[in-house]
Amino acid sequence: MSMDFGRRTLLKGMMGGGAVMVGLPLLDCFLNTNGTALAAGGRMPVRFGTWFWGCGMTPERFVPHTVGANYDIPVELKAIEPFKDQVTVLTGFQALLDGRSNFPHSSGNIAVRTGSAPDKPGEVKAPTIDVLIGDVMGTDTRFRSLEMTATGDPKHSYSMRNAAVTNPSEVSPLALYTRIFGPEFQDPNSADFKPDPRIVLRQSVLSAIKDHRDRFEAKLGSADKARLDQYFTSVRQLEQQLDLQLQKPPPAEACSIPKSPPDGTVGTDIEQATRNHKLMAELLAMALACNQTKVFNVVFSDSASSLRRTGSSTNHHQLTHEEQIDPALGYQPQATWFVEQSLAAWGQFVATLAAVKEGDGTLLDNTLVFAQSDTQFAKTHSVVGIPVMIAGKAGGRVKTGIHIAGNGDPISRIGLTVQQIMGVTVDKWGTQSMQTGKSIGELIA
Amino acid sequence: MRRVIAFATLALLAGCGPSEPQSSGGPPAIRRLTEAQYRQSIADIFGPDIKVSGRFDPDMRTDGLLAVGTGRVTVTPSGFEQYEAMARNIAGQALDEKHRDAAMPCKPASARVPDDACAAQFLGRVGRLLFRRPLLESELKAQVEVANKATQTLGNFYSGLEFGLAGLIAAPEFVFREEDPEPDPAHPGSQRLTAYSKAQRLSFLLWNTAPDDELLAAAARGELNDKAGLARQADRLIASPRLNDGVRAFFSDMLSFDAFDDLAKDSVIYPKFNINVANDAKEQTLRTITDLLITQHGDYRDLFTTRKTFLSRPLGLVYRLPVETRTGFEPHEFAEGDPHAGLLTEISFLALHSHPGRSSATLRGKAVRELLLCQIVPAPPANVNFSIVQDTNNPQFKTARDRLTAHRSNPTCAGCHKIMDPIGLGLEAFDGAGQFRDGENGAPIDASGEIDGLPFKDAASLGNALHDDPATPACLVTDIYRYASGHDPVPGEKDWMGYLQKQFAADGYRLPDLLRRIAVSDDFYRISPTPSGKPVKEATR
Repeated sequence: MSMDFGRRTLLKGMMGGGAVMVGLPLLDCFLNTNGTALAAGGRMPVRFGTWFWGCGMTPERFVPHTVGANYDIPVELKAIEPFKDQVTVLTGFQALLDGRSNFPHSSGNIAVRTGSAPDKPGEVKAPTIDVLIGDVMGTDTRFRSLEMTATGDPKHSYSMRNAAVTNPSEVSPLALYTRIFGPEFQDPNSADFKPDPRIVLRQSVLSAIKDHRDRFEAKLGSADKARLDQYFTSVRQLEQQLDLQLQKPPPAEACSIPKSPPDGTVGTDIEQATRNHKLMAELLAMALACNQTKVFNVVFSDSASSLRRTGSSTNHHQLTHEEQIDPALGYQPQATWFVEQSLAAWGQFVATLAAVKEGDGTLLDNTLVFAQSDTQFAKTHSVVGIPVMIAGKAGGRVKTGIHIAGNGDPISRIGLTVQQIMGVTVDKWGTQSMQTGKSIGELIA
Repeated sequence: MRRVIAFATLALLAGCGPSEPQSSGGPPAIRRLTEAQYRQSIADIFGPDIKVSGRFDPDMRTDGLLAVGTGRVTVTPSGFEQYEAMARNIAGQALDEKHRDAAMPCKPASARVPDDACAAQFLGRVGRLLFRRPLLESELKAQVEVANKATQTLGNFYSGLEFGLAGLIAAPEFVFREEDPEPDPAHPGSQRLTAYSKAQRLSFLLWNTAPDDELLAAAARGELNDKAGLARQADRLIASPRLNDGVRAFFSDMLSFDAFDDLAKDSVIYPKFNINVANDAKEQTLRTITDLLITQHGDYRDLFTTRKTFLSRPLGLVYRLPVETRTGFEPHEFAEGDPHAGLLTEISFLALHSHPGRSSATLRGKAVRELLLCQIVPAPPANVNFSIVQDTNNPQFKTARDRLTAHRSNPTCAGCHKIMDPIGLGLEAFDGAGQFRDGENGAPIDASGEIDGLPFKDAASLGNALHDDPATPACLVTDIYRYASGHDPVPGEKDWMGYLQKQFAADGYRLPDLLRRIAVSDDFYRISPTPSGKPVKEATR
């Protein structure tokens, strides 16, 4: 099937505005009725990603009063109001620590993402859900996953196979752009496809490197062997990426190559972070639309948010602990401001995916974004009711637009359900009290 | 009297003092090169103008040192993607028209077709420097084949050779430092590092880079297994100006200078603090250290009291001092009585261990304990209510001391804060950007405090207390060994640590002497693949 409608000509000149997300619809005859699958049987790709913000929320200002569909919008959820029917809010699920210490800002985050609370600081007992999902659905794209943070620190990443294998975040929009859309990018909609002969040569280099494995296997102890195994796994993954570069990529109708972002500064100033987050979200949306990856992890602010405001001596995290609760308002006004800004960025992220047309729906319709924080109320490091939101319908597999109250159930139920939705064969997930085989039925469409 | 002196001299010549205990040795390590080691190795092998551009997987600070973390980290998929891209990029530059003549030991018979002999000569030569040992025959053959195939595909010898070279640069043997043990003939039943592994420990400790050609040649000749040969190489490396690189790398790790990468100060509160100040503050401290410890061959403890330092123009703004040198640094000596004395009063320490918008007696006290005295401060409990502590608007609590006193009177917090805050309060006369101040919120600052029962009145006398604290030099010895070996000392190494600490004192706390003692000791290269018991934290007091 030729997808060449002369769309390059049509699109020419339209991308000057930076944020313009234009995709020409596939002709309707190619699609099934709900726009999620090509009529020939091939489905639109489904994507999965996480979106993280640090230092939680203010329960009285965040948790909707009504459960089920058409939930009310408390003030801290304001930013998702325009996308309410595409976002499901999950509250009241808890990270069960089984008597272990609550390591501030880490126990809850790790528990949500791995189903296991750490015994000691920095411990990661199981892979995070994005890694588990990426192992299943991330293997047929150029990048198995893409990680990025708006805070300027590559260590701000919660995508981990184990404590020693944390997938580092890209911190600069320009570096992210170059990695995705730089010289090695192959336009899926380009009419002529000529594989670069150098790709085969790079593969031969990697193949020679893989032959070194036996020598290491023979002499290393188990811990070091695992580290070298990871190195060789990484080599194999790059080999697979290169394999894909040798094939003509399937056309991606929503794909249009964005303009290179400016080489700006990065850091924890909230204005800077918001700006970089927006640029990265736009690049990511096009990376998804151009089939460069199906899995992503976005960090807006780190756990124990280090975002700050110019002129203020105290950052978001410090404010959550040090700022008095205003007796008239009933909350910490400055700390809460950061929560609202973080959730505004979340709203913006959702809007960015929703702005990309794909089939007769949007990129968001074919994506599941799992948004989460490290605490419920940061002042007390509460891990009961850590906020989780799910945006996008994952190609029609998720029920959105509802508020689900967890009533103290283990928060691993969410991770289990999300994995099942994304096609991971798992019937039980988590450890100790967090082990669960009970998925959340309301979430499954 | 004369006879006594003569006797003492004789005893010295005979090597009096404690004899060196035999260490059990620790485990061999496989450590990922740090970004600095990767960059320096590439510059040494291919020339300083070769650009290394790419993102490195972050290092992992483990038990206080990145060097220990290098033995725990691996290479993630996106990390390898970067290594592969960097390898191609470096190989492309090393063999471009500008550099190939210097890099190549031979000329190919034709620039358009494979020349396996010439390729093998080149790859064997750089491969030995990259892998820090000669290539195995099979390794060389595989890379020659890669180059041959690529030359045929691309019709260009040099373009093809790039692929053979890139394969070496992206290989685990370059990215990781491997250590190989072998039986020690001098001590039957125990193991030592092979000569090439010894060369690596020596070179990375002293120069923070891969062994050079001469050191590898000494390893090949077996000289590193011979006391005199080892001493000759150690002395050569210590005498070189490149010892500065090694010492700078060690202190950058020990003082957590990697945190400068994401150090941010609020530009409204600290308008003078910018990226130039941050870079120069780091450089100021490293210059102060290498000048005192190497150039002056001074006493390590004097780092905490010295009034001699180096200033640049951006730093002059913060120190409120005129700096004549337009670009770069000039030596400066603070006057007697000036509040600046020693490492703790330099911007690097003060600003790094502060919040973006204010100073922190707690962070500074914690840094003194953990970085300089090798003591561990427990993590804060989970459910802390800080609001009683840091209400900066409360008119009753104007200074940090007032606020922290409220903190320390809370029993939950007191246990840990009383071991941190009294030290850090000694530095309260310096704000969060490291600038001297007379008061906070209009109230005068009382910078007195105590460290382990020793009272001090201000930052300078805190420096004196650290100078006199036996934990200070003991911590340095332990940290250098941990840095050099990549592991915490195991029980069987404890006596040797104690011996090194005593010798450090006997040597007048001279760092190059300590480095030499470690570098020429058999204990440094002894290996116990399965050490009994878990690593112990060296007790420093």
